[in-house]
Amino acid sequence: MDDFIAARSQMALSLGFHIIYSCIGMVMPVFMAISHYKWIKTHDPVYKNITVAWSKGVAIFFATGAVSGTMLSFELGLLWPGFMKHAGPIFGMPFSLEGVAFFIEAIALGFFLYGWNRLNTWFHWVTGIVVGISGIASGILVVSANSWMNSPSGFDFVNGKYLNIDPLKAMFNEAWFSESLHMTIAAFSATGFAVAGIHALMIYRNRNIHFHSKAFKIAIIFGAAAAILQPLSGDISAKGAAKRQPAKLAAMEAYFHTQEYAPLVIGGIPDTAAKKVNYGIEIPGLLSFLVHDNFKQQVNGLDKIPVKNQPPVAVTHYAFQIMVGFGMLMMLIGVLYFIALWKKKDWFTKGWFLKMFIWATPAGFIALEAGWTVTEVGRQPWIIQGVMRTSEAVTPMPGIQYSFYLFTFIYFTLSVFVIFLLKRQIQMVPELYDR
Amino acid sequence: MLYVVILFLFAAITLYFLLGGADFGAGIIELFTSNDNKHRTRKTSYQAIGPIWEANHMWLIITVVILFVGFPTIYSEMCVYLHIPLLIMLLGITARGTAFAFRNYDAIKDEKTQGFYNHIFVYSSFVTPLFLGIIAGSALSGQIDPTAKTFAGVYIFSWLNWFSVSVGLFTVALCGFLAAIYLIGECPEVYDVKRFIKKAKAMNIAAVILGALVFLASYVEHVHLADWIFGNLLSLAAVIAATLSLVLLWFIISDKKNKQWIRVLAAFQVSMILISVGHTRFPRFVIFKDGSSMSLLTDHATGKSIDDLGVGLLVGSLFILPALGYLYYSFKKKGNETVEEH
Repeated sequence: MDDFIAARSQMALSLGFHIIYSCIGMVMPVFMAISHYKWIKTHDPVYKNITVAWSKGVAIFFATGAVSGTMLSFELGLLWPGFMKHAGPIFGMPFSLEGVAFFIEAIALGFFLYGWNRLNTWFHWVTGIVVGISGIASGILVVSANSWMNSPSGFDFVNGKYLNIDPLKAMFNEAWFSESLHMTIAAFSATGFAVAGIHALMIYRNRNIHFHSKAFKIAIIFGAAAAILQPLSGDISAKGAAKRQPAKLAAMEAYFHTQEYAPLVIGGIPDTAAKKVNYGIEIPGLLSFLVHDNFKQQVNGLDKIPVKNQPPVAVTHYAFQIMVGFGMLMMLIGVLYFIALWKKKDWFTKGWFLKMFIWATPAGFIALEAGWTVTEVGRQPWIIQGVMRTSEAVTPMPGIQYSFYLFTFIYFTLSVFVIFLLKRQIQMVPELYDR
Repeated sequence: MLYVVILFLFAAITLYFLLGGADFGAGIIELFTSNDNKHRTRKTSYQAIGPIWEANHMWLIITVVILFVGFPTIYSEMCVYLHIPLLIMLLGITARGTAFAFRNYDAIKDEKTQGFYNHIFVYSSFVTPLFLGIIAGSALSGQIDPTAKTFAGVYIFSWLNWFSVSVGLFTVALCGFLAAIYLIGECPEVYDVKRFIKKAKAMNIAAVILGALVFLASYVEHVHLADWIFGNLLSLAAVIAATLSLVLLWFIISDKKNKQWIRVLAAFQVSMILISVGHTRFPRFVIFKDGSSMSLLTDHATGKSIDDLGVGLLVGSLFILPALGYLYYSFKKKGNETVEEH
């Protein structure tokens, strides 16, 4: 493994794990605050128990999210010093603000976790809300830094020099809104489905039904609503990509040749050498419509982009298909959930209905990882779209593969522990939270 | 605005050293506690740092962000030459943070898994400040050799040398000292108070010995530490102030009424050490073997970056400082009442 690939793999691995921890750390506090609110209002002890049980999960994920985020902030420099040297002052604004948001989140979490019976009830509740709001703000800010890499602005690039830097302009780059929106909704749907899936499994196994049903409901309402909304934000993102990163869009669609009535390709195996997609389903005109709101208008393909500036087509295409596929599946399940909620209450006791949620537990995170693959691999070979190549940014230090092996070991161990801890939390529900 | 940013940078480093250092120190103290008392130490330190440890850790993030936004060349050069110690420090932070959280939030508290978490926690609490000190020692002492041609010359000996390692060990002792002093005020029982006073004294003696070792190592490695400190009025004054406060501390440490004062004195001592070193080297932040250096006053970001960063930090501190102050206040005001956690 050469150093460049090792550095990229390590970054991908670190981001891949951090995204899971941070999404859960970002969304779970919202669930927790809602259940807390219900407890304050109804005095139903089940809601207090759910709040406490979830807060343990939040604490575990916050701790792992905080350390994996710390690792990432150092890895930016350790692996990509050439990038940070120039990009730091330009896209650093959202990171500085994220530092503030994260700090507030840590303080609020300290209050929330240790504030039972010590703080005024409503103040205590507000600290939980603050954890959620600052968590979401952190997420949006970090994504805004990433969107700058996809849509660089706030500086002039003249003869290899970065001049006239304006960090605020860089932060509010063209892609920040669509990327943040897409990511925040994804975090809600992924976490909602994952949490709901675990509670569905417990209901299916007939354990602590009362506790798990109430917890399930809070989580899935968010998950399902987010999954139903997601295609809208996806459409905004795709239109943005078409405008700013035509190479990425073309790779997502494995769209080799520029044409009018551009077809949308579903599935299929891209053959880069022959510049075609085998076994894909083509819907004529649909890509033109999605990009330009017009079935006829021409969409630029990979043939318009020099080969050295093209991202890996197959990976981007497969990842995009996986994201869309799982997203659609979740949307469908979301619709079924609301039908059950309004019209078919008896579905909730049916095995098939619960099993559907159990199977969908990882769906959101698979879609989320695939989505990030599209964003990051689709941007290659650029680390700053059109300005700096990833290969120019990598550290000169040799032997990065060992660092990659080490991080792989660390992240897998951490994940095993987190799963182990969650399993023990659930195992203890009857004793600790469902008295 | 550049000076505001530099001030925040030093404040963040100092606060991380004091608060995060006391956190690490809690693990170091646990490492050097006899098996009979380990449980008591663990309980005290958990109650003392449980609600605040995530916040303490944030000062490091602030430091890194200030460096990479405001001083990107310095940050990226450090990341290249000090890649390995930074990596080890990161692993330490990860292992320590997660072990601390896991041992407290594991729903089943069986001895075997708790023992496993404890091991990771105490060893990583030792390793992290060791490498933090090594990094600081390497950056400031002119051990980084940009002309070196071999892997070892560039990436290993920049930090693996007598001076840097002795600074690392000195840092560990200081963290242990800070934690012991902090914990004295956190335990309700006289037995524990006495234990932590003993620990604080032992850590202080260790710090003095290791401090002497730093001077010895500076002689071996041709680092002109003595010249820097004794040739500079403010640094000399800071060292003298630290020494005087140390004497005072030994006199009042056993007196129960002085709980807050000994904390202030300990924090004062450590801050004085940081100020003394920081001042002699200012505005240089990374010094190379060939005598060249990277300066906070010249190697900073240009354009609006520094101004915006300064404004961001000022506005951010308006939110953070009162909230943080209230957090400390809320969990301290009831004295030694047990922190109940549900």
